[in-house]
Order: sequence, then structure tokens, then C-alpha cells
Amino acid sequence: MSRRAWRWLIPLAALPLLALLAYGFRVNPREIPSPLVGRPAPGFALTAFDATPLTLDAQRGRVVVVNFWASWCYPACYEEAPVLERSWRAYRDRGVLVIGVDIQDTVEAAQKFIRDFGLSFPNAPDPTGKVSVDYGTYGVPETFFIDRRGRIRARHVGALTDDVIRAHVERLLAEPAG
Amino acid sequence: MRRRHAGVTALVLAVLLSGAAPAPARVVSESQVHEVAAELRCVVCQNLSVADSPSEMARQMRVIVRERLEAGESPAEVVQYFVDRYGEWILLSPRRRGFNLLVWFAPLAAVAVGLAIVAVLVRRWTRRPASEGTVPSLDPAMRERIRRETEAER
Repeated sequence: MSRRAWRWLIPLAALPLLALLAYGFRVNPREIPSPLVGRPAPGFALTAFDATPLTLDAQRGRVVVVNFWASWCYPACYEEAPVLERSWRAYRDRGVLVIGVDIQDTVEAAQKFIRDFGLSFPNAPDPTGKVSVDYGTYGVPETFFIDRRGRIRARHVGALTDDVIRAHVERLLAEPAG
Repeated sequence: MRRRHAGVTALVLAVLLSGAAPAPARVVSESQVHEVAAELRCVVCQNLSVADSPSEMARQMRVIVRERLEAGESPAEVVQYFVDRYGEWILLSPRRRGFNLLVWFAPLAAVAVGLAIVAVLVRRWTRRPASEGTVPSLDPAMRERIRRETEAER
């Protein structure tokens, strides 16, 4: 090979590496797609703070919004709590259930949180963390949208907004129940 | 006070024992749990394994690892349980297959290519003085003069 070709070969060899780095540094390492989207939602049987049993299987036929939160999750969980309550009130008569799962928390702090925000949708602690691991959660807040056939259709990481909930819930409500 | 502590301890024990109601199918050692947990990324930490992290989430994950091993699952099945929920991201070292092979072998390939380039350059540099060195460009008169002068210095 001529010397001229060699001179070009070395910088050319660096190009794929640079391309890889350019791609890698643009990707947010915290945005990891959940392998659960499109799959049946893992079932759970929890006991709500008001001592009523709360199972996912019993909700088949409804659109379910499962929200993982904690009272120490400031400010994101504090921002979205009123949003969740608002959505729950707006959609409860249209076959939508909002379920709050409180993780890595103390019962007292969680109950104070529920009182402070006047949350009226069912909330349950996950003391062993099994439900949060079953859903592959990284932290709080994280929210899963489950369709009427019991499949996870979307996951939202971070605080919810009215628009995000509306978009997901309306889309799932528009689908036929069968 | 001490009696109350004993009471609380008994209560905690009772709760723990009742929680683990189905007797484990087999005894699992701490090191077996550690081995699986060391493969898993602690999801709430930066670059720590579930085995090394002091976080609550990692502690709960270690309990899940132990329970699954005790229930008779193989270490690979336990790891797969986490991969199914979190994706391969949960693994601290990517699996050696498909696109991931690039991560494993690209550094080796880069080192090999680098060594080859170094070898070629070293050979070229060491050969140059013998083949096209400055010696032939000396005219005979100059060479003679150098010889005389170096001899005179001895």
C-alpha cells in the first residue's frame, strides 16, 4: 500500500469510533425502554392503606393507571399527586382506575402524603418491593398504563402532567374492550 | 423495657417467619445470593451492583434473589427474571452475543490493529538507516577526512 493511502487510513479508522461516541453521548442513559411494554401486566395483590384488598386481576376490563410513588420523592411526586387525583376524578366514571403503589416508604409518612393531597384513589404500600421489581421500576415516580385486556401499553418516567395522562388514557379508552 | 424489646423481637420474628411461610426448597448460602446479585446493576445507583449497594432497593432485590434461589430456580433463571423486567440493562456485563459481541471484541481488535501498526512502523524505522541512510551521500573526500580526523583523536 502506498504511503499516501496509509496516511488516510488511520483517520478513517477513527471515524466509526467517533460516530459511536457521537451517538452514545446524545442518548440519555436514564431513558431505558421497558421490555414490559406490550406484555401482560404483572399481577399483584396488595392491601391498601385503608385495609381493603387491591388486586390487579380484579380490574380486567378497565383501563388502569399504576403509579409508583413515595412520600420522600420531592418534588416530582408532589407535583404529580394533584394531577393524578384530578385525572382519577375526571375518568373514574369512564372505566378508569388509578392505583398508587407506595415504595420504600414508612406507613406514617405515606398516610400523611395521602391526607395532604386528599388522594381518593386506592393507594397501597409495597413493603417487600416485589411489585416495583415486577414492573421493573428504577425509582419514583414511574407510571404504567394498562389497557382493558390487562397489557402494559406505556410507561412514563418522571412527574405526570394532565396532558400525558389524558393522551394515554383516551387512547386506551378508545380501543374496544375485547 | 427489656421485656418489651423481647416482645417486639418475638413479634418481628413471628412476622418474618410467617412471611417466609413456604419452607425453602433448598438452603441457599450468602455467597450464592452474592454471586447472582453481583451480576445485577443496582437500579437506583451509579455503577454499583445489587451485591454492593447499601440502598433499600438493592436490599429488597437481594431478598428476591434469595427467595427465588430457595424456591429452586437456577442462578441463570433468577438473572433472567430481572432481565425480563428491566432489559439487559440490568446486567453489569453485556451478554456475549449479537451486537454485544462488538463491545467484547472491539477493544481486542483495536489492540491487535494498534500492535500491527506499531510493528510495521518499528520495522520501517529500524530498516531505514541501512537501506537509504546518509552514508552514500558522503563523497569519498569527505569520508577520507573523517577517517583521518577520528584517527588523529585516538
